[in-house]
Amino acid sequence: MGMTLTQKILAYHSGLESVKAGQLVSANLDIVLGNDITTPVAINEFKKAGFDKVFDKDKIAIVLDHFVPNKDIKAAEQSKQCREFANIHSVSHFYDVGKMGIEHALLPEQGIVTAGDCIIGADSHTCTYGALGAFATGVGSTDMAAGMATGKAWFKVPSAIGFNIVGKLQENCSGKDVILTIIGKIGVDGALYKSMEFFGEGIKNLSIDDRLCICNMAVEAGAKNGIFPVDDITLDYLNGRSEREIKIFTADDDAQYDEIIEIDLSKITPTVACPHLPENTKNASELNNVKIDQVVIGSCTNGRIEDMEAAYKVLNGKRIAKGVRCIIIPATMQILRECVIRGYYTAFIDAGAVVSTPTCGPCLGGYMGILAKGERCIATTNRNFVGRMGHVESEVYLASPYTAAASAITGYITEYKEA
Amino acid sequence: MKTNGKAFKYNDNVDTDVIIPARYLNTPDVNELSKHCMEDIDSEFVGKVKKGDVIVAGLNFGCGSSREHAPLVIKGCGVGCVIAKSFARIFYRNAINIGLPILECAQAAEEIKANDIIEVDFDNGIITNITSGKNYQAQPFPPFIQSIIEKGGLLASLKEGE
Repeated sequence: MGMTLTQKILAYHSGLESVKAGQLVSANLDIVLGNDITTPVAINEFKKAGFDKVFDKDKIAIVLDHFVPNKDIKAAEQSKQCREFANIHSVSHFYDVGKMGIEHALLPEQGIVTAGDCIIGADSHTCTYGALGAFATGVGSTDMAAGMATGKAWFKVPSAIGFNIVGKLQENCSGKDVILTIIGKIGVDGALYKSMEFFGEGIKNLSIDDRLCICNMAVEAGAKNGIFPVDDITLDYLNGRSEREIKIFTADDDAQYDEIIEIDLSKITPTVACPHLPENTKNASELNNVKIDQVVIGSCTNGRIEDMEAAYKVLNGKRIAKGVRCIIIPATMQILRECVIRGYYTAFIDAGAVVSTPTCGPCLGGYMGILAKGERCIATTNRNFVGRMGHVESEVYLASPYTAAASAITGYITEYKEA
Repeated sequence: MKTNGKAFKYNDNVDTDVIIPARYLNTPDVNELSKHCMEDIDSEFVGKVKKGDVIVAGLNFGCGSSREHAPLVIKGCGVGCVIAKSFARIFYRNAINIGLPILECAQAAEEIKANDIIEVDFDNGIITNITSGKNYQAQPFPPFIQSIIEKGGLLASLKEGE
């Protein structure tokens, strides 16, 4: 029986000729990742279990991104604990303030993750790296601790849902509209325990940033991972960037999928997920009476340079509506720098937005844009659960950078239309 | 191993943000964090929950963030078991790794009512609703996962395997 792309990668890393769905495997890991919230718990577990060294200092990444520059004393203590651990164990990929970025934008950008890798991260959006043709999945802190100690993790080999992508996106749509449309279709547990495998002639019309965004939100459909095959677009991105050998795997022609869903990109419209689940999707054009108080453009989902470019395209020369706070957060220092060079930074300020250094901050209701009771935000982030961005009676609408920026100008949820 | 206590009933898609809101995640101290367990969907939970009580929920329990703080605070509050129609995969993995007993049983999750007295026998996976007198058989864990639980969690099982 043929294997899916995910199964091929898991078989390789487990030293097996083949694997099948449901099989338990122990896989060798290329990268074990943690952040300033999940790493302290992992460090405590690592020490409690009596481990005193990491399996490979070059295969561990610790990124301080959730609450930095630190929002309070307790957060500072957590960062300090990560910093000390990284120093003691000479962790090569330790990213602190000044060079940090939001982990899932940073690791691909820095070439720390690449095609063919097997990656775990103590952050649910670790599935982002599937965009590069890697197997990557989120785990908890104990799995991170075990991964740091042994370089291995156990997995139940997942079955897959195939997504046959055809066509080309309209100008005002992006990867975010694709993944929101898919989650709206299959639900927040529609891919529970499974892989979401994207393929088809239409993927050539999706950029790396689109693919990273699509795989990033696979977890919002319950998936173990999302993955794209490696093509010229992937190789253009990875060549000269990857610190490890690029390994290209392909799904077998007779690979088994639980189902194959066709996604016609040309039929996708600007999509918004309404409170309080990412599956509550509607067309942006149906929501133009929804008044907003805040806009957030950033996060591991949409804080990349193409997202900044989209925001710039909409906001340049315009003014943000009175009474609306617009917060823009480029996801890494390199992206922030690029925003300065390209003049986006100035255009954002002139439009009335505030621009922050990289942080996960508002996405998870940490800081840098917390909502008060009854307030409403349209955000390019990934979750709109109850209380996600602040008060339990606040609301988050999820959308693309185009839609979020267009909404900032009108003060209501707005579909972007090119002038 | 058994647990016995009152049922707290919730719907589908209970996410880790309501189990433990991120605004409190500036500390890894479980005792401190446990004071806020379920706060955003049930502000009375922490005041009412007693050792051995059971959380009963619908589909996709624990969806969202990978924060291990979520099963840790549920355990920290004394909850003896979570019964759900299904669990989000990272939560499922985390619960096993930290030793929070969880059981998948759609019928029990459907029929058990809030405040029913529930007994769970983990050795055979039998859930008994003392209030209604009804028994349910939960899905047993695969042997591999059972062995992690028996050895006291993932890291303990790794040390043993050295």
